[in-house]
Amino acid sequence: MSASQNATPPIIQMKDIEKHFGSVIALAGVSVDVFAGECHCLLGDNGAGKSTFIKTMSGVHKPTAGEIIFEGKPLDFADPRDAITAGIATVHQHLAMIPLMSVSRNFFMGNEPVKKVAGLTFFDHDYANRVTMEEMRKMGINLRGPDQAVGTLSGGERQTVAIARAVHFGAKVLILDEPTSALGVRQTSNVLATIDKVRKQGIAVVFITHNVRHALAVGDRFTVLNRGKTLGTAKRGEITPEELQDLMAGGQELAQLEGSLGGTV
Amino acid sequence: MADTPQIDERIKEISPLRRALIRPELGGIVGTFAVFTLFALFAFDSGMFNSQGVMNWSIVSAQFMIIAVGACLLMIAGEFDLSVGSMIGFAGMMIAVFGVVLAWPMWIAIIITFAICCALGALNGWIVVRTGLPSFIVTLAFLFILRGFTIYIPQTIERKTIIGGIRDAAEGDWLAPIFGGKIGQPIFQWLGDIGVIGVFERGTRAGQPVVDGIPMLIIWAIVLIIFGHILLTRTRFGNWIFASGGDAEAARNSGVPVNKVKILMFMFTAFCATVLAVCQVMEFGSAGADRGLLKEFEAIIAVVIGGALLTGGYGSVIGAALGALIFGVVQQGLFFAGVESSLFRVFLGVILLFAVILNTYIRRIITGER
Repeated sequence: MSASQNATPPIIQMKDIEKHFGSVIALAGVSVDVFAGECHCLLGDNGAGKSTFIKTMSGVHKPTAGEIIFEGKPLDFADPRDAITAGIATVHQHLAMIPLMSVSRNFFMGNEPVKKVAGLTFFDHDYANRVTMEEMRKMGINLRGPDQAVGTLSGGERQTVAIARAVHFGAKVLILDEPTSALGVRQTSNVLATIDKVRKQGIAVVFITHNVRHALAVGDRFTVLNRGKTLGTAKRGEITPEELQDLMAGGQELAQLEGSLGGTV
Repeated sequence: MADTPQIDERIKEISPLRRALIRPELGGIVGTFAVFTLFALFAFDSGMFNSQGVMNWSIVSAQFMIIAVGACLLMIAGEFDLSVGSMIGFAGMMIAVFGVVLAWPMWIAIIITFAICCALGALNGWIVVRTGLPSFIVTLAFLFILRGFTIYIPQTIERKTIIGGIRDAAEGDWLAPIFGGKIGQPIFQWLGDIGVIGVFERGTRAGQPVVDGIPMLIIWAIVLIIFGHILLTRTRFGNWIFASGGDAEAARNSGVPVNKVKILMFMFTAFCATVLAVCQVMEFGSAGADRGLLKEFEAIIAVVIGGALLTGGYGSVIGAALGALIFGVVQQGLFFAGVESSLFRVFLGVILLFAVILNTYIRRIITGER
């Protein structure tokens, strides 16, 4: 692994992770480490084991074998809530956003700020609205108001709200599960810019994608998964898009295909 | 690409009209104005707006309001309860069985009835969240199960479908007046004395005002509306209600206890039905096996007129209360205006259709769908 020359230890280390589902081996010994303030891209084709891997990282699955070390200590999460409390947040493909509700209500869903009035506990709307507007402005999104419904936001803006929410609630490791896969060109560039902002705040970003160009735009290091195994981690500048693409497809077959497609994939 | 400056998404200006449109209460407010204007024009001299008339449609509206509050919160949480009407009949019958047939003290009968009905609401909710079946089907089953028991129990033990004598059994009880009593009698007496409201001219009640107090039914309606509105808009639990109905899966991912929210809302709906049932049996002095027939649909209609979406995640308790008010005023107003009462159902169907079309349109504005 190329990370050894870094002075600070990685914030999260996944060592020889194996995950079996019955007779199916989804992960056959995957090792990845992520540093604070870096964007680590996890690439792989469909069925490569990306989803299983991040679900193991975020506490949804328990690894069959292998070790996870988070901030120097071995981890043993009982469920995803533990991982979230520890600071590992996941922004899923299917966003945890409710279109009919306002941005501010969505932002604090499940973590509502409260104030006491005459001994009763109330939702602190003023605080929620103020924080939402502030956090969204930091991410470069100007809302009409905190009561604007999420349904009126574009796909990219929704991703940004979800990322801003995870950051606000103290994420140290932010796992983004294909945040750009369903977006247009401009919205994609907005989300990539958001990833860049988050990384600069010192948060470790794990960016899952199968689009090499999106990965190369923001990634510091790239790990390619294929058939439940890692094909190694490369640093930025050490690898060309073509090499990455070949690794993802497992080399051979795509090389033949590319001839007929003229290198457009 | 990472260095591309953030491009501001275009912010479309929305007109104040559209902004007002996406408030769920709008339909209810407009409808309330329309209904009162209409009856003020065509039925002003009919007695609808004297003290007795006002009390008449207020009581009918309050009955709708009590069940509409429960149905509203449940619908926003993404579920229906079709067993509300049967629950009203069942709860009333339980009061009669415990308080009259078994001759328990009325306050024990009332408390046990509330416990049983809330437990049945919880059972409804538990089945819905555990099986993942539509609440429409589960509560439809309970509509028949509860109505069946409501007829079977009094027939088996008393050989009749109406049990009376509740007013005598409740005499001197401390809890019963909270449902069947009236408040504000001295104020109404004074209003009668100074001639603001009419007094009886002769008979045993000569000199007493024609309206002698506000029934607890109305107080319950107001309290439940205020409670429901604050719960929904001002508490974190309210946020969970919206979230559970808006997208249960997304809410779960964010740590909202969706199942708990839904079961509690089923219990609250059952609680509201029981409140209405107890108020009714205390007023009538009897429990009938056919009480509450079709109330579940009336509750749902009031909620929909009030701007809630049938699909959940959006709505307002104030809106539902206005929907119930429209309901009560029109039902009684047609009677005062001397219109054939069967036309009320025609009105109901038409206004329901309009409300649903308007709500669907509003939903498109909010979510930006085309």
